[in-house]
Amino acid sequence: MIVGDFKLNKSIIGINLLICYREAIFEKRYLNNYLNGENNMKKLLSIFAVVAFAFSAHAGTLDDVKNRGFLKCGVTTGLAGFAAPDDSGEWAGLDADMCRAVAVAVFGDRSKVEFITTTGKSRFPTLASGEVDMLARNTTWTISRDVNLGFEFVGVNFYDGQGFMVPSALGVSSATELDGATVCIQTGTTTELNLADFFRLNGISYEALPIETNDEGKENLFAGRCDVYTTDASGLSSTRAAASNPDKWVVLPEIISKEPLGPLVRHGDHQWGDVVRWSLNAMIIAEELGITSENVDAQMSSNVPEVLRLLGVEGNYGEMLELSNDWAYQIIKQIGNYSESYEANVGPDTPLEIARGLNALWTQGGILYAPPFR
Amino acid sequence: MNEMNEVRKPPVATTGIIGWLRINLFFNWTNSLITLFVIYCLYQFIPWILDWTIFSADFKYNYLGEQITNQEMCSRNLDPENGGACWAVIYVRFYQFIYGFYPKVEVWRVNLAYVMLAFALLPLLYAKLPYRKYFLYFTYIFPIIAYFLLNGGLGFTEVSTNKWGGLLVTLVLGCTGIALAFPIGIMLALGRRSKLPVISMMCTLFIEFIRGVPLITLLFFGMVMLPLFLPEGIDMDGLVRVLVAVTLFQSAYMAEVIRGGLQAIPPGQYEAAKSLGMSYWRMNLLIILPQAIRISIPPIVNTSIGLFKDTTLVIIVGILDLLGIGRGTLADTNWLGLSYEIYFFVSLVFFIFTFGMSRYSLYLEKKLKTGINMGAD
Repeated sequence: MIVGDFKLNKSIIGINLLICYREAIFEKRYLNNYLNGENNMKKLLSIFAVVAFAFSAHAGTLDDVKNRGFLKCGVTTGLAGFAAPDDSGEWAGLDADMCRAVAVAVFGDRSKVEFITTTGKSRFPTLASGEVDMLARNTTWTISRDVNLGFEFVGVNFYDGQGFMVPSALGVSSATELDGATVCIQTGTTTELNLADFFRLNGISYEALPIETNDEGKENLFAGRCDVYTTDASGLSSTRAAASNPDKWVVLPEIISKEPLGPLVRHGDHQWGDVVRWSLNAMIIAEELGITSENVDAQMSSNVPEVLRLLGVEGNYGEMLELSNDWAYQIIKQIGNYSESYEANVGPDTPLEIARGLNALWTQGGILYAPPFR
Repeated sequence: MNEMNEVRKPPVATTGIIGWLRINLFFNWTNSLITLFVIYCLYQFIPWILDWTIFSADFKYNYLGEQITNQEMCSRNLDPENGGACWAVIYVRFYQFIYGFYPKVEVWRVNLAYVMLAFALLPLLYAKLPYRKYFLYFTYIFPIIAYFLLNGGLGFTEVSTNKWGGLLVTLVLGCTGIALAFPIGIMLALGRRSKLPVISMMCTLFIEFIRGVPLITLLFFGMVMLPLFLPEGIDMDGLVRVLVAVTLFQSAYMAEVIRGGLQAIPPGQYEAAKSLGMSYWRMNLLIILPQAIRISIPPIVNTSIGLFKDTTLVIIVGILDLLGIGRGTLADTNWLGLSYEIYFFVSLVFFIFTFGMSRYSLYLEKKLKTGINMGAD
């Protein structure tokens, strides 16, 4: 591998890097970005991404992960229901389950994963520099992140949308009545841009109160320093659940954006992208087929062909992915299907009480849909 | 004439408790008004805070006598009229606050390192310690021991820094940053005052560059840029990268603090040392630096305390220090909404450490009599 050669001569790498860096900077695309882009951070990141890409594209991430013996998965520093350390220090949540599913697919062991915490600002550089193998960090799939930053979103594990939460005492029933409101908004996220778009479209003004974390937004809203808190609806649910009196807060009906949240990997390593994509799909297909962690052993002798293909009884789909043939069986056995993960982490029985909604299967009124397993 | 010699007692109003009160609290009417106002505020605040933090608080069990395992079981959530702080969250998460995600079977190593740190600090903090010389030898090798103890190697299983967290990370960052920045800062300060233009220019450039950039930027540089400029395969640990950034930042500030001390030393001291035939290094080590550092104690402690608190910024690059663990706990659906308890606890821990530092510096100042203008004409 080229990586091996790289190791031999540090000075060559320096020069290579310099060339990559200069190319990236002088490439017209980036110059244009500089002239009419929206966000300096993004431009810088795109350059990093290109540099890192030039560097790591040759390496097979799957081989790296196998050689290392564990998966490095980027998660949030804590978001209720998605990824947060539990009392015993284990990471739990929908995104944490996604990481574990990939670890199970590769190693057959849900503990072979190291969680790397990332913030909204550090997540992309961390992935670009190869410090993590994948991100499962409630990241919205957008064209610029997919194309310009050099990442590949492999699917959607939660369909979210941006909403507004206000104190019920404010007496507002629609977001269009929020003219002149002070809005708590997380910086460096897509919500910031959506908010600006929404208010501009409706011809109303707002005053932004920039915050860094969900927690900060919550405290500011509860303390009355802002009239409105806007973030993804899932975040609003957790904020409301954390209030001492949840009835004092209302989530307005408007959902102003599409926020498909999903795991992502670096551009250019399709084999690895496939592993992550199908780890997620396997969980969704398992729900479709009614396979759960409890009945998976009984399903091994099912007479439904797709069940047998998924569980590795028939066909050699595992080999195609360079995984063991029972990879999907292990995911379902150790993590569960999508529904089990959803219900345990964010579903109606948890304090977050998020109904399935868009995240229900396509057969049940949602839009969760995985390509056929054949 | 006998009556004349009799010593008269001072008026009651200027001695004892009453005298003290009069002079300090009720000297004139504005003074009295302020005193009454402060007493009123304390009267309002102290019973409330005591009640909230101690008397009505849940420590492990709620008022029904059940052991608390999530926020819904806290007395104040079961019955808003009843109950104060819900310290159970700290009780349940205490391990994470102190050790992060360090494996439980290996945690004795962290405990041992904490104890050894105390022993390593003793001879530095307390000059009259018996057998101080031997203790100092231990202090010098302590960083090496601590490295192997915490990180692994030499027969210990490796515990990647990713699993470190909580107070452990805060202390490692704070202690290493302060300890390494001190010698580097001295060298930079001497370098900046050097008469050799290249050295002085390089030191000035370094100091001004680092001081001109916020710590967050440096942390980002360490976290994001460094790995891009290192060849693949050479993997610099995330915590080490942050440590490098923190140390660089702190040494630039330390250098300026010590330079201030150096400039306060009267030229007579330099001239006297030179006239005795001392070399540059002997002069600095024996005459100048001891005095310069002595008068710089307050600002040195000041920047050290600043750094200790600034270590919380590492959450930006995804390292969970004490505050980070607190925020992570708040994101657990079991403990949603207990931010008062968690932030109170985190600030209390920080207060204990920073207040300790500042009291120690006061003790040192008194002992070394830094207030006296040494050597000046």
